[in-house]
This record gives sequence, structure tokens and C-alpha cells, in this order.
Amino acid sequence: MEGDSELQDLYREVLLDYFRSGAHKGKLDPADYHAHGLNPVCGDEVELTVQVKDGKVFAIRFSGHGCVISQASSAMMAESLEGATLPRAKQLVGAFKDMMLSKSAPEAMPPELEAVNALAGVRKFALRVKCATLAWNTLLQGLERQPAASGPEK
Amino acid sequence: MIDAKKIREDFPILRRRVHGKPLVYLDNAATTQKPRQVIAALTDFYENHNANVHRGVHTLSDEATQLVEDSRKKVAAFINAPKPETVIFTRNATESINLVAHAWGRKSLSAGDEILLTEMEHHSNIVPWQLLAEEKGVKLGFIPVRPDGTLDLEQAARLITPKTKLLAFTAASNALGTLNAVEKLLALAKAAGAKTLVDGAQWVPHLKTDVTRWDCDFLVFSAHKMLGPTGIGVLYGKEALLESMDPFLGGGDMISQVSLERSTYNVLPYKFEAGTPNIADAVAFGAALDYLSRLGMDAVRAHELELTAAALKIFSEQEGVPVYGPKDLAQRGGVVSFNIDGIHAHDIGTAFDLEGVAVRAGHHCCQPLWAKLKAAGSARASFYVYNTLEEVSELGRVLRKTAAFFGKPAAAAR
Repeated sequence: MEGDSELQDLYREVLLDYFRSGAHKGKLDPADYHAHGLNPVCGDEVELTVQVKDGKVFAIRFSGHGCVISQASSAMMAESLEGATLPRAKQLVGAFKDMMLSKSAPEAMPPELEAVNALAGVRKFALRVKCATLAWNTLLQGLERQPAASGPEK
Repeated sequence: MIDAKKIREDFPILRRRVHGKPLVYLDNAATTQKPRQVIAALTDFYENHNANVHRGVHTLSDEATQLVEDSRKKVAAFINAPKPETVIFTRNATESINLVAHAWGRKSLSAGDEILLTEMEHHSNIVPWQLLAEEKGVKLGFIPVRPDGTLDLEQAARLITPKTKLLAFTAASNALGTLNAVEKLLALAKAAGAKTLVDGAQWVPHLKTDVTRWDCDFLVFSAHKMLGPTGIGVLYGKEALLESMDPFLGGGDMISQVSLERSTYNVLPYKFEAGTPNIADAVAFGAALDYLSRLGMDAVRAHELELTAAALKIFSEQEGVPVYGPKDLAQRGGVVSFNIDGIHAHDIGTAFDLEGVAVRAGHHCCQPLWAKLKAAGSARASFYVYNTLEEVSELGRVLRKTAAFFGKPAAAAR
């Protein structure tokens, strides 16, 4: 059935695994960066906390509630960006957004984002693309602001 | 009795396939589909009668004017309004509420006055009053929603005081399907001397409406939720009250005389219909009302009850599927609002769509309500005259399949 294959194509097992795993959920305290994002279409919220060490993303945690796509995307983002320098992290967010907006092919994604390819199926569902990009946009906004005043000294 | 299978023949869109499956359209609380009679009325207007209203002396202008006024009479009859002049055409229920907030609220309310709403209001019956409250220093109060999705009428009686100048509430909840005790609420408000606004967006399309019996001051609703076109809605108001109000928008058609210094305003309903109105859609709305009147609103209600009862039974047999709103069918419209444990409503909506089943997913523009019910939102199936018991069975099949696909708690699918 056409619908069946589309369902499996959109909700790949790997997405469901990330969704169920609870990996990278929670809040970091103290945090160097803190950002809050809202998808006004569905009311979903994401709160991100980021720790930076030696100019590199050391840890990302997300909290809030959301759909399989937004939660899996948040977890994959955290996993993929940890270890990246801050400028590289911003580049990777840009590369992911380009892929989701079909400005670039999934095959052209940087190696750090290999796992994130599983989200490519979402592109067929225009109304759900925002679910996938919410955490990434939120992170970018957070990184472009000054580090949180409460953060540790670097 | 309604013969939904026969009715379906009037709705060309219901022949569509979505993702390779026959469309099962269950998003009627958002907007309904349009029968060919309504589409034909729209085409006929543009092909044969199109002209501006109220000002030309030529034949087409006269015809267009007549057609709009015929529709106004049909609306008045449909809600049992005493006079067609008490029916104002707006864009939709939202604009109607904004009209009252501006034209009545700004003139009649002052700091310290209170407006009472409910926790189950659509954002359209909250935000206009918040804007007014900010401007005028008016206080907003909210009748609480109980966990079963009904309003707490005891609290309502306590919250309505002589300070309450307006009680504005929805007759039927778009998010939960709750049918509110409209007459009891109106009686409470009247006893306190408050004006009343009934949001009929989810009631008028589904149940008999009688503003004369209700004796409400205002009623608002939208055509597109009752087989009519988008972009046309109604404000009914009591004549004396409408007369006492200032205009909402200024412009052509709403004036009597204009000089460079001042203007005098036109009579009802034109005082509130500035500029060229949505003529064609008003005309086509008349065809929608004819269609519903032919079916009879009692039959519409009975049909929706049958579908809702069948759906509730199917949903209650599924574990891990909370259903919101009252269990008592007498207090419930044709709406089944539900979740599948562990899955977000949007994932339900997408999974259903892939099976051709169109449901709404999210907060349904009722964020305060979901905050109260401690849920992020729901998926919502809502029925109308063309839905069938077979479609309800299909809804059940897709529910079981979706719960099984996403696994975990609800996976004990039968």
C-alpha cells in the first residue's frame, strides 16, 4: 500500500529509536548557552542548554515536548554537534536547514550529519519540516546571542 | 433521517483520493466541504448577476442586491432572528467578535468593568477581549472547565457579578465537542444585567439555533463551517443594541451622508458593512442554508449523534487512547478529541493522513484549555452530514494501525 511505505519512509525505525531513547534529554546546569524555541503552528516548545569547552560544543541537552520528528531531530542534533567547534556547529546547522528546505541533497550533507539523513523523508511533508528544524533554529539563535551570564568561566 | 451516501453525491471533493486511499474527511470542525449547489451558486453569480450592491440603478446591481438580501433573510430565518436587519455580514466569526469588541466594547466599557469568558474559548474569543482589556483597563474572568470537559456552572454563578458587563462564551467547544448549557449561562448573565455574546461557530452548523428563544445579545458564526464558502460570516445582534453602537469600519456603504467635516451613518445592517461586501460568497451562503434547511437541523444532529456514538464506542475499546470531553452524548457534538499515549498529536495526524483520513491535530486554537487539561493538544475527528458509519469504522481501523505502528502502550491492538 502506498500509504504504508510512506509511513515507514517518514517514520524510519532509527527516528523512532531516537524518539524513544530519551538520549540527550534534560537540562545542563550550569550552561554556557540557553535557548528557547517555539513552533507556533503546534505550540511545541524546546529548551536547549549547551556547554562549551575549549571552543567546542561539549554537551547539548533538550527538554520540552514534541512529536516524533521534533524529538528525534533534537536528539540527533545534540549527538551530531557535540565535539564541533562553535563556528563548525553553526555551519552544520546551516547545512541541515539547506537539506530540509531541499536546497541541497541529503548526499551532500557533511559527514558529521550522516545519521541525520534519516530525516530526509520529512521533506515531502511541507507542514512537518518545521518540526524537524525547530531545535536547529533554536540552537542557532542561542549561539548567536552572548553566552549565558550564569555560565562557567572558560 | 439523513442518507449520507446520497448526500455524498453532492460533494465532488469526496471522490478524491489522498495518498492513494479514498479521502475520509473528518476535519469538519475546521471547515466543511461544499456541495455542488453552493459551488453552482457561486458560479451562477459570477456568470449571470455580478455587479456591486446597493448603489447601481442598473439591472445587474439590482439583482446582486436582491440576492445578498435574500441570503440575509435566509440567515435570519435559520437562526430565528426577528428581522433580517439584525444580521450583519462579516468575514467570519472572528471578525464578528472583533466588531463587537470595537463597536460595543470600546464605547460601553470602562476601567473596573469585567468581561467573563470561559477556559474553553477559541483564541478568537479571548484575544479580542485581551486587546480591549489592555486598552480600557477592563478585567477578564474565566469560567473554569472541569476535568470532564464541561463548564463549572456553580463557579459560573459565583463569577458573574454586577461588575460583569459581558458574558462571551462558546455554545460548543471546537476542541472537545462539549455542548454548553447555553440557556443556563444566558440566564445567569441576564440576572446580573450582563450583555451576552454566544460564539456559535461550532453550534449553528450542527444544531437548531433560535436567538429569539435564547434571547442573547450577540451571536457569531462562520459560513465555511456549514457548507458555505470561506470569507463570509455573521454577527447577529439585538436591534436596539446594534443601533446604539458606533460603526466598526468606516467607508462606503456604511454612511448616510458625508461632508468633509462629518458623516451620518447608514441604517442597520449597512452601518456595519463598510465597503463592497463579499457579495458572491454571501449569495452562495444562501445556497448552503437552503441545503441544510432541506435536510433539517434535527436530522443533522441525529446523524452526527449516531456517528459520534459509534466512534466513542470504537475509541473506548482501544487501550491507551484517552478521549476528551463529556461522556454523555446529550452534552456532546460531533467531535471526538483524542490522543494515543506516547505519541504527539501531529504524528497521529500525519499517520492518519497517509491512510487518507483527514483529522486536525494540535491545540485547536485553544491553548489555555489544554494547559488546564494538562495535555499538549489532541487529534480531533469531527463529523458532518456526509460522513458515514463506514468512515467511522475506517477511522477505528486507522487508529488501531497507528497505535500498533508507534508501538508501546497502545500496541495491544485488537
